Amino acid sequence: MIKKSVLVILTLGTFFLFIFQLILLQLFNSEYSQLSENNAVEKRPVYPNRGLIYDRNGILLVANQPVYDLMVIPENIESFDTLELINGLSISKDELLNQLKKANRFSQKLPSSIIRQISKENRAMFQEKMWKYRGFYFQKKLVRDYVLPTAPNLLGYTSEVNSNELNEKSEYVLGEMIGRQGIEKTYESNLSGKKGASFYQKDRFNRIIGTYKNGEFDTEPESSENLTLTIDALLQQYGESLLQNKRGGIVAIEPSTGEVLALVTAPNYNPNKLIGRERSRNFSDLLNDTIAKPLFDRSLQAEYSPGSPFKTLNALIGLQEKIITPKTRFKCNHGHFYAKNAFMKCHCPNGTSNDLIKGIYNSCNTYFAKTYLRLIENAPTPKEGLNRWRDHLEKFGLGNYLGYDLPIGKKGFIPDSKYYDNWYPNGSWGGTTIISNAIGQGEILTTPIQMANFTAIIANRGYFIKPHFKKSLFQKEKDSPFIKNYTLVDPQHFETVIEGMHQVVEKGTARVARIKNIEVCGKTGTVENFIRLKNEKTQLTDHSIFIAFAPKDDPKIAITVFIENGYWGSRWAAPIASLMIEKYLTGTIKRKWLEDKMLEGSLMDEYAKPISGKPFEINE
Amino acid sequence: MNTPNQFLENLLKLMNNKLVFRLDWMSILLYVSLVVFGIINIYSTRFSESNLPFWDIGSPVGKQFWTFILCLSALPAILFIKSNLLERLSYIFYVISIIGLIGLFVFGQTISGATSWYLIGGLSLQPSEFVKITTAMVVASNLSSLQTDIKKRKHLFQILFLISLPFFLIILQPDAGSALVFVGIFFVLIREGLDLRFLYLFIGFILVFILTLLYGYFFISIAALILIFFFYLLIKRLVPKTKKLPFLICLGICVLFSYSVSFIFNSVFEQRHRDRFNIILGLETDTRGIGYNINQSKIAIGSGGFFGKGFLNGTQTKGAFVPEQDTDYIFSTIGEEWGFIGSSLLVLLFTIFILRIIYRAEKHTSVYSRVFSHAFASILFMHFFVNIGMTLGLVPTVGIPLPFISNGGSSLLAFSFMLFIYLNFDANRLN
Repeated sequence: MIKKSVLVILTLGTFFLFIFQLILLQLFNSEYSQLSENNAVEKRPVYPNRGLIYDRNGILLVANQPVYDLMVIPENIESFDTLELINGLSISKDELLNQLKKANRFSQKLPSSIIRQISKENRAMFQEKMWKYRGFYFQKKLVRDYVLPTAPNLLGYTSEVNSNELNEKSEYVLGEMIGRQGIEKTYESNLSGKKGASFYQKDRFNRIIGTYKNGEFDTEPESSENLTLTIDALLQQYGESLLQNKRGGIVAIEPSTGEVLALVTAPNYNPNKLIGRERSRNFSDLLNDTIAKPLFDRSLQAEYSPGSPFKTLNALIGLQEKIITPKTRFKCNHGHFYAKNAFMKCHCPNGTSNDLIKGIYNSCNTYFAKTYLRLIENAPTPKEGLNRWRDHLEKFGLGNYLGYDLPIGKKGFIPDSKYYDNWYPNGSWGGTTIISNAIGQGEILTTPIQMANFTAIIANRGYFIKPHFKKSLFQKEKDSPFIKNYTLVDPQHFETVIEGMHQVVEKGTARVARIKNIEVCGKTGTVENFIRLKNEKTQLTDHSIFIAFAPKDDPKIAITVFIENGYWGSRWAAPIASLMIEKYLTGTIKRKWLEDKMLEGSLMDEYAKPISGKPFEINE
Repeated sequence: MNTPNQFLENLLKLMNNKLVFRLDWMSILLYVSLVVFGIINIYSTRFSESNLPFWDIGSPVGKQFWTFILCLSALPAILFIKSNLLERLSYIFYVISIIGLIGLFVFGQTISGATSWYLIGGLSLQPSEFVKITTAMVVASNLSSLQTDIKKRKHLFQILFLISLPFFLIILQPDAGSALVFVGIFFVLIREGLDLRFLYLFIGFILVFILTLLYGYFFISIAALILIFFFYLLIKRLVPKTKKLPFLICLGICVLFSYSVSFIFNSVFEQRHRDRFNIILGLETDTRGIGYNINQSKIAIGSGGFFGKGFLNGTQTKGAFVPEQDTDYIFSTIGEEWGFIGSSLLVLLFTIFILRIIYRAEKHTSVYSRVFSHAFASILFMHFFVNIGMTLGLVPTVGIPLPFISNGGSSLLAFSFMLFIYLNFDANRLN
């Protein structure tokens, strides 16, 4: 009986064994579905074209252009003319061989890119010879095209995501482009849109053999957003040309809207340098220039003493706090003793008696020192006086981030009582200790955009709208930047200061800034500055500063120009600001002589002084 | 008037007279459904590479389809052959097929390392598939002769020689998988009265073989020594007269066999052979190299889930991740696209098919028919066990096709003919 049943038993045993194994594999093991998907399904992202960037007048600034990576599939290579390839694509033989070796090591069957970002022109010239190179092909890729090469500091740039970003932002995968710095970074999600995905069926060599389930799971990309900036590209470019061979920044704001019209920093670079084959070399060149610091945005990041333009704020605070009236007069004799043996110099001749307006247009140090002294000393304690002063300045947007829509910035610095308590314990400080604050020197630090912003406040007679770079259509949103931020100073006080600033241009320190038929209000600044040179505090030539707005009664533009080591505010900053205003308001420049002087003027010799290693003169 | 009884009687007469009514229709039904299911799945595995319709002879599916049509048209012819004619021609067929095997060494075509094919006018023919039939016939013929007594050593050796000859000729090709199938005829010998001790010996050898690979011959020798010693003590207590010699011989054989397995495995086998065993025994995990096939096959089957991914939707199948998926690994396609439902149904169909043949064979009055049918069932079983076992990762990689399902003309022809001969014997068993 057993003999007859051997095969039957074996067959039944096999049946149960197989069913058991099938249950294990198919019903109680989800791991295999995942493995099979990993095997056979490839998700390929579908990218919307990155959003275009326009200036406020609709001029296209940033578009996209195709570049080509030369790809190779090692197993398909046949012998080829190395010389023609390296000449045609202008690479070195070593580099080619090196890349081929790498590709070989990576995979025989999968493509590797061996030369990246070949320009479309270069590729077009070589394309007709490609039939000779089996195994090689070009892969298209979109990179930025700076149609109007301007404002790299503000636009930022794009590059491939790095490993840190990959860890933080799960939506990115290796090789994708991400916005870095500037607008590209702030508005990354608007510009990049939302990528879609196509699913492909792979075979065992990882080759795509068709769509997966006829595209059932594919998702369409969400289109990206084109941005319109508040920047006036022509004004921006003009500003950049005016700052050539100088270091500094220009910030121009439309006071009524807070829209930034120009944000210039110098030295600068051509944004097209950061695309194409040479991009990484160019980038490290820029990064390694630690003297001129082209990647350092002076308009946003440089903290300077504001100098004399700051006197306008002290005047406003003095008026509001009823320390002075427009009629208050102070005497000045080439300066004054603010304490025993402590003399503050001024350029007013002996026997001058200034009222407020005259104090402003003559930029009288004595006037504002005395005002500031009263402000501090008339309060119950200097501490209260100082803090009150600081409260005012905070409302002028100083001492903190402005909150504009670019990823970089500096707070600047407005000292409070704690700061001085630290330096002078037991309240041993008073108005005279901190008298330099009166004239915008001392401990105060501001960035050019902060200065442009308080200029806009003065132009607006008492409020500012947060400076911003993206033009928004909807100005009524609750959280929009279009909230008027009022200062603690009443509007009528501004008229006096504005009149003073008007006189600065009409008959004061900045007559060079006068423009025919346009009432310009401004204030010059000549800022002492120091560096550490061979461990010694060394004074350099003063910075040349000018703040201005125009027209006086219906301001369209508020501007700050900051020229490092340019000496008198009226020497560089005021003419440049004036030219910018003229350009923006009239569209042309009538004062060609002034324009030429500014375009041709160079401060490179000045900048060479401290690094020359030789003793040098300043303020020549 | 005919009474119902008379009617039934007439019907029975008619059925006994007409061949059509005597046929084992259930087997035919199983056969047709298996082949059709096979063609469907071959179509799926080759779907991505050609978009020819399934009846186009230029496509792999087309070849299989037309081979099937050829088989069906040969069916009536084979059914009408007198069964004793086949019986008488057994030796002649056997000799011809053996010559065919020997001829391979001269005229054979080498495909992926094995010289197993004749190429005749663009068609490839694999004689080893047909030797299965002739060997089954010749063993049946031998056992059915009145003088043969399988219990006699001389006769046993005669039969063993008839089986070993093709076995070794195929081993030499080398095609271990096809050779392994001949081991299946062993089950027939058991059925026909071979001493059961041979079966135990056989099982014992397999156990020692596997355990040696797992634990090494030294451990097995010690284990065998201890086990046999205690077994001896036990028997001795029950039957005091028990001699030591058989136990010593048994121990010696165990140790020798274990040692030789170890020696052959490590010194005679090539690495690829070793790898196949090691992976199945779990001694090595390797999903890229030699273990790739099994791993991908398991992924395909496992990812099918309960309902499968659907016809033509298997990603593993479309991506050709499993090599030889239309031939040896076709079960992985079935597992992936038809899921647990499809694959367990297929396993069930094969089980029913084999049991059906065994069941009918037992009813045969002619020894020749019975042995042949049993041999057919055994060979079918070997293919079923080794092939599906391999795709499920239970049996080392041995390349043999899944009968009726796998792509391959020779295999389909040979199994069809074998089935038809069985059908012939089955239909004529009352004659």
